[in-house]
Amino acid sequence: MDRERKEFLEKEAKRIRYLTVDCIGSLGEGHIGGSLSIADVLAVLYNGVMNVDPENPKMEGRDQLVCSKGHAGPAVYATLASRGFFPEEWLHTLNQPHTLLPSHCDKNRTPGVDMTTGSLGQGISVAMGMAAGQKLKGSEGRVYVILGDGESQEGQVWEAIMFANQYHLDNLTVLLDYNKQQIDGTVDEVVTLGDPKERYAAFGFDVQEVDGHDVEAIENALLAAKEVVGKPQLIVLHTVKGKGVSIVQNAAFNHYMTFTKEQVSSMLAELSE
Amino acid sequence: MSKRPLKEVLCEKMIELMAKDERVVMVESDLSRSNGTLEVRSHFPDRVFDCGIAEANMVSVAAGLASQGFIPFTTTFTAFSTRRVCDQITLSVSYAKNPVKLIGTDAGLTGELNGGTHISVEDIAVIRGIPGMVIVDVVDEAQLKQVLEDAVLYDGPMYIRMSRKMVEDVYDDSYEFDLFTADLLKEGKDVTVLASGIELPIAKCAVEELAEEGIDAELIGVHTIKPLDAETVLASVAKTRCAVTCENANVVGGLGSAVAETLVRHDPVPVEMIGIPDRFCEVGLLPWLLEQNHMTKDDIKEAVRKVIARK
Repeated sequence: MDRERKEFLEKEAKRIRYLTVDCIGSLGEGHIGGSLSIADVLAVLYNGVMNVDPENPKMEGRDQLVCSKGHAGPAVYATLASRGFFPEEWLHTLNQPHTLLPSHCDKNRTPGVDMTTGSLGQGISVAMGMAAGQKLKGSEGRVYVILGDGESQEGQVWEAIMFANQYHLDNLTVLLDYNKQQIDGTVDEVVTLGDPKERYAAFGFDVQEVDGHDVEAIENALLAAKEVVGKPQLIVLHTVKGKGVSIVQNAAFNHYMTFTKEQVSSMLAELSE
Repeated sequence: MSKRPLKEVLCEKMIELMAKDERVVMVESDLSRSNGTLEVRSHFPDRVFDCGIAEANMVSVAAGLASQGFIPFTTTFTAFSTRRVCDQITLSVSYAKNPVKLIGTDAGLTGELNGGTHISVEDIAVIRGIPGMVIVDVVDEAQLKQVLEDAVLYDGPMYIRMSRKMVEDVYDDSYEFDLFTADLLKEGKDVTVLASGIELPIAKCAVEELAEEGIDAELIGVHTIKPLDAETVLASVAKTRCAVTCENANVVGGLGSAVAETLVRHDPVPVEMIGIPDRFCEVGLLPWLLEQNHMTKDDIKEAVRKVIARK
């Protein structure tokens, strides 16, 4: 990756963080921690890796994203707005009456959202059907899944990854947001994932592991995953919940936070530096 | 008695529908052999996905396929097609508008020798509470064929419950089926008898015998429990002024409840309900289970006499 592209992707990731904070900040509360942790992978996916068209969000044969951790909707909305799927002003309608941007991702409301999610464990499973459907159509379309680490405690996740292996879904890439935090404590304190790389490899996945905030490493991993034949892929993204915004990153609990107007201004100022 | 078990009809019809429309696919969970659909994959090896014993994944995979323009049918027993996957149906199928067709076999008492663990008395109630779902309780071969054809045409999620075994036939090939219209089988003036699934042929016998007692019952086959054909129900009770519902499911939340909900809003008349009386069932054969749950022809006749007396 040349320096220019790296700087561009880093700038896009920062822009996504800014718009995420602006979106949640307009309401004063929301799922901020797990939204900020996936800003970098979203920046890479939607700026060159995924075949999508903001003018034609339902384009046949496009690549699709399932944000299985549906509560990270604000980060997805920030990304889509930044790419021009809808006006950035919409971000201020988060969770307002009749909004097209509900707390959790909804494909029937938001242009560019490919699947409705919100009950953890289901998104990755639905993604299997999407990937199988794309293959059945003979389409080149790929399916990307952003999966939570705490979410991986849902049994359905493991039903789904067994299916991916059985049906050789090499057009499917799982992106594990391994920020190691969940509502009741750290993932290791609640129910550990052990080494997800080993576990997924044992389930027949091609596995990679990267710093989830290094856009160059993320892009290289995504491009390598595209070349894998016959196997679904996992990329473990080592991330920090709340990454990039001091108040959030340093908070003892940042899954869902409430902010004053002053705090929102301060967070936006930090992201404008 | 039918010429063949309904599972054979299911298999034959699915092969026909899949040959006709390449969007139709099946998503299974290791019960294809039991449900008669194992042969389908030999005709369409790429269009049958067996998820193994993983019903939550089965329903969600089907939802994903539906989102890509396919028309997926899932099959498993009613228990695993409803209560086990209630959240998946709610969110990934109905809320997300991914029109999956869920087929539940061994409906109600037809679970027979699998016993109380498999006789899912609650399936209709569970699914009725989910907005957007269409629920059909199939009675026989002629009806099943038409339900499956309509399931391909209808652009919404459906739950189709059925026996997979030999059943009593009510309809023949001349049957004209409409998904959202109940079937008026016999006109009458004294009482409206509304029946679904395997209770329909039993109710038909009861109605015939009641005629000998001088009771002129109107018989309506209600294949689609949600949305209920309120127009037909209301038109009938406007004439008869009372009703008996007969269903092969818990009376809580099923056909009886649906009819009562309609009547109390529009035309409150006395109603008696035949069905599984809010209890778990034991293991046993169908005739004995029908007796245990007061769902026999004689129970229906008694309910008719009782409801007429309440007018």
